[in-house]
Amino acid sequence: MKPFITHSGLVAPLDRVNVDTDQMVPKQFLKALTRQGFGRILFYDWRYLPEEKPNPEFVLNFPRYKGASVLLARANFGCGSSREHAPWAIGDYGFRVILAPSYADIFYNNCFKNGILPAELTEQQIEELFQRAEKEEGYTLSVDLPNQTVSDNHGLVYKFEILPSRKEVLLQGLDDIGTTLKHEPEITAYEKTHAATATMFEPVDVKNYSQAQ
Amino acid sequence: MPPKTLYQKIWDSHLVREEAGQPSIIYIDRHLIHEGTSPQAFAGLRVEGRKVRRPDLTFAVMDHSVSTTDRTLPILDQDAKLQFEALEKNCREFGVRLFDMHSKNQGIVHIIGPELGITQPGQTLVCGDSHTSTHGAFGTLAFGIGTSEVEHVLATQCLVQSRSKTLHILVNGKRPHGVTAKDIILAIIGKIGIGGGTGHVAEYGGQAIRELSMDGRMTVCNMTIEGGARAGMIAPDDTTFAYLEGRPFVPRGRAFTEAVDRWKQLTSDEGAKFDMTVELQAEKIAPQVTWGTNPGMVTGVTDRVPDPGSFSDLNDQKATERALVYMGLKAGTPIVDIPVDRVFIGSCTNSRIDDLRAAAHFVAGKHIARNIKQALIVPGSRGIKAQAEKEGLNKIFTDAGFEWRDAGCSMCIGMNADVLPPHERSASTSNRNFEGRQGKDSRTHLVSPVMAAAAAIAGHFVDVRDFAVESVE
Repeated sequence: MKPFITHSGLVAPLDRVNVDTDQMVPKQFLKALTRQGFGRILFYDWRYLPEEKPNPEFVLNFPRYKGASVLLARANFGCGSSREHAPWAIGDYGFRVILAPSYADIFYNNCFKNGILPAELTEQQIEELFQRAEKEEGYTLSVDLPNQTVSDNHGLVYKFEILPSRKEVLLQGLDDIGTTLKHEPEITAYEKTHAATATMFEPVDVKNYSQAQ
Repeated sequence: MPPKTLYQKIWDSHLVREEAGQPSIIYIDRHLIHEGTSPQAFAGLRVEGRKVRRPDLTFAVMDHSVSTTDRTLPILDQDAKLQFEALEKNCREFGVRLFDMHSKNQGIVHIIGPELGITQPGQTLVCGDSHTSTHGAFGTLAFGIGTSEVEHVLATQCLVQSRSKTLHILVNGKRPHGVTAKDIILAIIGKIGIGGGTGHVAEYGGQAIRELSMDGRMTVCNMTIEGGARAGMIAPDDTTFAYLEGRPFVPRGRAFTEAVDRWKQLTSDEGAKFDMTVELQAEKIAPQVTWGTNPGMVTGVTDRVPDPGSFSDLNDQKATERALVYMGLKAGTPIVDIPVDRVFIGSCTNSRIDDLRAAAHFVAGKHIARNIKQALIVPGSRGIKAQAEKEGLNKIFTDAGFEWRDAGCSMCIGMNADVLPPHERSASTSNRNFEGRQGKDSRTHLVSPVMAAAAAIAGHFVDVRDFAVESVE
């Protein structure tokens, strides 16, 4: 995974609370077999009119937000379905940072697996950023993960909190599985006393490929 | 030893590694997968040359995109077909047990886990699906994960997790007639809001929860995620043990008795501390109907569609305005005056045998209203379908004008052909009324099975308490 250290970019404000992952990636796009190419369909039903004509009323289609890489959002961002297609789409569209007062748990977790920083600011700070982003065309924010700050070109500096372990994952672009597998002996030790197999006491109609092997 | 919550007990017994300042590594007892969120995880394993560590603890099922009509016909949706083929290939290559769409035990992943006894008290269970919280009804720590975590569990049988905060939800008193598990959980979400449980694992208690059947408890735990909490649990008791006994994956004889003795320890200790507590009084809960575009936008059936101005928070006002436009509703409209176009009884929330019995009991001898374009009954599993047919419920439904379908996720998510058309309005027993959830521009009202059945008969929402209904789950 690409490490995340600092990032500066154009801010796009999405002024809605409780944006759920069904909006980010509608169900018809969940039949993919790969993680790539979801940027085109991010916020599909909001972003497009019939025949995929861009909806001029949707904020990401405003010319002034073209090329945005910092997504400014409202509370409980990413609620609902666990689909990781949502952060895949956000990342593929070009966003590297999300700023919101709060996130839904599964979505928040999924962002870190994809090198996206979901930074948490207070409601007042987010409100201030919305006002600045809407007032000033080309409003840009810089995010410094080592120092945990968000700043603009007018002297505004906000500090944000993040778990040190989460921060490390992004800074180093860590592969979770590789890290866990370093503790393989401990997993094996746990399995010696726990984790009995799932025994079938009465036959069910299942393809038992483990037996076939 | 200080008193522990149920969550803490299960957490502690699954710790593989704990280190100060770091998230823990916890062991996963059961991993359920489906066609929708697993292909990329298997692809990841292949790239790294990794294996599935415990194929014997992994179960796969086809549910999200399966047809609920004739499955012997060719699959027309090429993308869905490719996903089914990928799941089959992945299970074959990695040695995972698969319930394919032709299995007699096929069904929605969160229905068949409990039905077959794969889900058991005290386990950790995960699935790449947010409604994995359903399995918490057995005193199981169960939650949804993303595809990267699916890959992580496949490779390591573990997850990297930080301990959650705990939320105690007590539903005291006795549930009135006509008020179901669905109404209880919708009332809870209405009270705490859809982000109210974020960062927490919920445990449900109180008389009204204890008196629910396992089917009802699963409905409550299923929608825990709609209140923001990733997992919801109910301590196992005699109701749980009676449900589990004799199921295919549950130990028999003395081994069962010993298991029950262990399971009985799975309660929150007297004096255990929760980070937050919410209490509701069951007698005050009315049958619930959602009016907006998230499950927290809900009210009692005797109420009216709210006025955006009645909310104090500006963001809530804007969200309500937007929701009413999307839903095609005017503030102040009585809920019972809202007409319905289609009815869907199904989904991992409400497609179990108790749900079908309750709906069938209501519609027996009646017929769906003339304005109802379609009324679907989609059993959660083929096992439930067979049981319902044995009881003659299918006949009751078809006589009343409902369509009797095969098992799957169906119109809850509309990934197969069961889609709610634009601007049409459903009474749906599913779990999400998000914009576009059941179909682009579709309008979903979440209700209990008996409320959905009643709406089908009347053609609009009605208060089921006005009828001589049995106490339904």
